[in-house]
Amino acid sequence: MSIAATTLLAAEGENPLIPHAYELVVGSFAFLVVFLVVGKILTPRIQKTLAERTEVIEGGIKKAEDLQAEAQQTLEQYRTQLAEARQEASRLREEAREQGAQIKAELREEAQAEARRLVEAAHAQIEADRQQAVAQLRAEIGRLSVELAGRIVGESLEDEARQRRTIDRFLEEIEARPEAVR
Amino acid sequence: MTSSIVLAEDFQAPGPSIFDFPPLYDGAPAWLTKPVIFAAVGAILVCAFAWSAFAKPQLVPRGMQNIGEKGYEFVRDQVARPFLGKDAERWMPLLLSLFFLILLWNLFGVVPLVQMPIASHIAFPAVFAATIYVIKIYLGIKHQGAGGYFKNMMFPPGLPKPIYFLLAPIELLSNLIIAPFTHAVRLFANMFAGHLILAFFSAVGFWFLFEKLTPMGAGLGVLGVVMTIAMTGFEMFIQFLQAFLFTLLAAMYIGGSLHSDH
Repeated sequence: MSIAATTLLAAEGENPLIPHAYELVVGSFAFLVVFLVVGKILTPRIQKTLAERTEVIEGGIKKAEDLQAEAQQTLEQYRTQLAEARQEASRLREEAREQGAQIKAELREEAQAEARRLVEAAHAQIEADRQQAVAQLRAEIGRLSVELAGRIVGESLEDEARQRRTIDRFLEEIEARPEAVR
Repeated sequence: MTSSIVLAEDFQAPGPSIFDFPPLYDGAPAWLTKPVIFAAVGAILVCAFAWSAFAKPQLVPRGMQNIGEKGYEFVRDQVARPFLGKDAERWMPLLLSLFFLILLWNLFGVVPLVQMPIASHIAFPAVFAATIYVIKIYLGIKHQGAGGYFKNMMFPPGLPKPIYFLLAPIELLSNLIIAPFTHAVRLFANMFAGHLILAFFSAVGFWFLFEKLTPMGAGLGVLGVVMTIAMTGFEMFIQFLQAFLFTLLAAMYIGGSLHSDH
């Protein structure tokens, strides 16, 4: 501000660039009071609240993240368990199938063996019966033949040896005829 | 042209004398004037406002706390953090008090019946600027050492040697004498000039529409009223801007003293 302007202002009234002493005092006092009340008492309160709010929000976010992680973990666990259960079931099915097949095969084998055994037994029985029948027939036919021959001839053959030879010869003849015995 | 001169002959444009206030009543002490009263009222109102907003702060803000927090966050994010970084929270009490008090004192300039920007009396900005100046010098010497502070101030690194012959005295003068002066005067002059402009336009309106209503002068009177309204809006912006700027410069000075980077 030039000297001329200053003098002009001074001429019109007080110089606005010269502070009043009492205004300096009042201004200082007002500033001090505001600083003590707003700055020293109130600002720390709102700072504390803002910090707490940040903490709560961050805590909330963290909590949500934790929960999500936990849910993810549980899901993962369930999936693993499900996969395990499926595998187990499939394994059991496979095992059952194998066992079934094995049992079937065993039963079949047993049945076959039983059948074979029965057939064999039947064969043996038949053979034994046949043998018995042949032996009985042989004795019977011999006796009947001798009796018949004796009756026909009217005499009993003296010579036992000759008689036996005759019988054998006769029997051989009979055996030579297939339809006679079989 | 001649007629308008004749019309305006008796018109007295308001001058700096509108800032002179006598004591409130006859026989009152000299210090009991309108600016003093409203300076005190402003300080009480700022305390009351801050008390209603911040006395029992809630995690979920309501009512006044919302407004107060907007102010707090504005000062913190636009003023404190850019210049003070991690020290921002520590200096918020000072900066917030400064901003709220200056803003309310400035806004008194457009409050009907009050119509007195407190900072248009230089004593008030001077108190603020002097406080910041003392803090600036104290912090500078404390954090950078007496020698280091003046060395960093006068010899910013990275310049060719001969420049320092010119720069060192300028920097010293600028930092120690001019800076606090302009700090106070910037706020004072803006409020002073703004108030003078408002007074001028409202005086024009009042004079040509009420005191001396003539067909020729009526247009001028209407222009005065319109300009008063427009300038009131503009003035509110300036009042906010100057409160912001004063606080911002305070933060800048403090930040400059805390950290030596020039």
